[in-house]
Amino acid sequence: MTDRQPTTDRGRIRIVGFDDAAEQKRDSDASSDTADAAGTTADPSIASRGATGIDPTTASTSASAFAQPGRRLENAWRRFRRNRSAMTGLAVIIVMAVLAVLARPITVSTAEVTITLQPFSLAPDDPTAMFVGPPNAPPSLAHPFGTDWAGRDQFSRVLVGGRYTLSIGLVAVALALCVGVPLGAIAGYFGGWIDEAIMRVVDVLYAFPFLVLAIAIVPILEPVPILGSGYWTVVVALAVTGWVGYARLIRGEVLSVREREYVTAARALGVPDRTIIQRHVVPNAIAPVVVQATLNVGTVVLTAAALGFLGLGLEPGSAEWGAMLAQGRSSLLRGDWHMTVFPGLAIFLFVLAINLVGDGINDALEPDRDGRDDRRRMR
Amino acid sequence: MALLEVDDLVVQYYTDDGVVRAVDGISYEIRAGETVGLVGESGAGKSAASRAVLRLLDGAGEIVGGEIRFRGRDILELSVDDLRAIRGDEIAMVFQDAGAVFNPVYTVGEQIAETIRTHKDVTDSEARDRTIALIDRVGIPNPAARYADYPHELSGGMQQRAVIAMALACDPAVLICDEPTTGLDVTVQAGILELLAELAATSETAIQLVTHDLGVVAELCDRVLVQYAGEIVERAPVDDLYYDPKHPYTVGLLAATPQLGDDRERLPTIPGTAPDLIDPPTGCRFHPRCPYAEDCCASRRPSLVDPVSGRPDNGDPETHVAACLEYTGDLEAGLDYEVQVRDAADSDCRERKQQGEPR
Repeated sequence: MTDRQPTTDRGRIRIVGFDDAAEQKRDSDASSDTADAAGTTADPSIASRGATGIDPTTASTSASAFAQPGRRLENAWRRFRRNRSAMTGLAVIIVMAVLAVLARPITVSTAEVTITLQPFSLAPDDPTAMFVGPPNAPPSLAHPFGTDWAGRDQFSRVLVGGRYTLSIGLVAVALALCVGVPLGAIAGYFGGWIDEAIMRVVDVLYAFPFLVLAIAIVPILEPVPILGSGYWTVVVALAVTGWVGYARLIRGEVLSVREREYVTAARALGVPDRTIIQRHVVPNAIAPVVVQATLNVGTVVLTAAALGFLGLGLEPGSAEWGAMLAQGRSSLLRGDWHMTVFPGLAIFLFVLAINLVGDGINDALEPDRDGRDDRRRMR
Repeated sequence: MALLEVDDLVVQYYTDDGVVRAVDGISYEIRAGETVGLVGESGAGKSAASRAVLRLLDGAGEIVGGEIRFRGRDILELSVDDLRAIRGDEIAMVFQDAGAVFNPVYTVGEQIAETIRTHKDVTDSEARDRTIALIDRVGIPNPAARYADYPHELSGGMQQRAVIAMALACDPAVLICDEPTTGLDVTVQAGILELLAELAATSETAIQLVTHDLGVVAELCDRVLVQYAGEIVERAPVDDLYYDPKHPYTVGLLAATPQLGDDRERLPTIPGTAPDLIDPPTGCRFHPRCPYAEDCCASRRPSLVDPVSGRPDNGDPETHVAACLEYTGDLEAGLDYEVQVRDAADSDCRERKQQGEPR
């Protein structure tokens, strides 16, 4: 065979002969029967397919979509601040929240002492005090929004009612996030039967209309002792129906994030799955969920109002905006417009403001994503 | 006993078009402290083979056969927790795309420190100090300030250095570098290679370097494995491979390396493209592209043999073996190429010729 000895010479290497041989082969291939060459001519397409199937390191360049991700929050806030409609919405929400908090003094009472947390009282009257004025009175200087059938001051009731409505929206959405985000992230990250199990539950809940499901859940929850009837029943009912949307949304995001190289890198370094989900997957998948959650506060407030209107949830007579609308229904027939207009306006204003803020957050977090698409998907 | 032994590893990917055998029965070993290159063109299964070592194949990929023994323990048999303990601590990986390896929402330092905290029982400030020392060790200036930088605030070269720092966080016994210099410009590449060479020289860490760049291999490696279409076709100490290549594929790769001062008009290429691994060629997988192929190449599959004696691979990693029928005496025309070594000083050619009749 060969008698070559490995060289100890150093210097440039140049291979001679291979190219000539390759050239000769090309010539002979060309001249030979085309039927013989069929095997090789089919190569390029196959080879590219083979290559894409094999090489997982061709990492997604989509990671660069986050242009300056480190200072993401600062950048988002700067973009948000430039958005006038969003800032208007935020201002409306802040004003409504401040009004609701300052409407009546907030006190914490124990057996011996009563601590006043908030001494201000913007509302002129106690919202539950009857006959502070004549019943069914139209708006006047003394009662700017008029009075209801029991002579309660509507203005005070709308102000204090903000406490229920705003907090129901925020708390219900927060609870739904606490359930939906972990479940969706786990489903997306692990896949397999875990994914199947969680997502089939989501599908089942999705099959019911949002409001109908909430209506169905309220009577189930009411006998539960710690919840009782009222505020927490509504909140839990809305959270139970609300988490599915977040779970589905974040699962979709996680499916793409978990393919990113930094997740593989974290796994290669032996970081446990729990840490990977918490630190690497969820923070990079959460943006659309934040947008969705903000927009959903509006939807949840509307649903809470609808539940109140239907007489579910909060006890009748409480100053929740939806419940006030329900009570005003009969007086509408008598022509007493002020009983429904003011709580209705309050709901309208709050939901509008929330939607403006939600769109603003969407634009700030993901300038190239169309928030309306997401919303359509959620409905 | 070698530190890492890969024995008859088979990796398959399941695609819509069929089963891709990306790695088809490769065996190699890495001993403590040495640097081994794994070269081949895109789609040869280099990355699949390397990721399989840490069981990092995602989704469609699966290890269907073989053994990977690290310090005598079969990695494929380890429980999830044992495997996690090895990942990063004993065997670490340097990925190709440094920009994608770091999570964009945390600082570089935090991510390196995370690895240390995962494997070592340290306080946060200890992890921080150690991270800063690591950043310093890989040659990034002003390490304390860089600790608090986000990944996008580093340049490509610094990112790659930071990735190496992250891989080195727990002083691994084996460092698998998956194309660490691809996508960097040449001067930065040189810096990274210097860093790796210094690591290889000063630490006990064994390096498995996966690349398609023969120049990188020549600079860094002690031994080289040439992979083609999922198989290892040649294994040699680094000098032997360059000055005395035995497999026609290796010869083609060397011939296709561009050189400064080359007087040829066209860069020689290996004809054809990498084969489809769903339905690989029969016999020798290189035969459809091999200029020296004969009829028997399409039907007989060569195994790794000693090119001088023609005897099968005896398992000693230092021996030069190649998988070509030439060395078992089955080719009639032989291989017709020569290796010219030119001095850098003048163009005085000393030629040696591969034996075999010209066509």
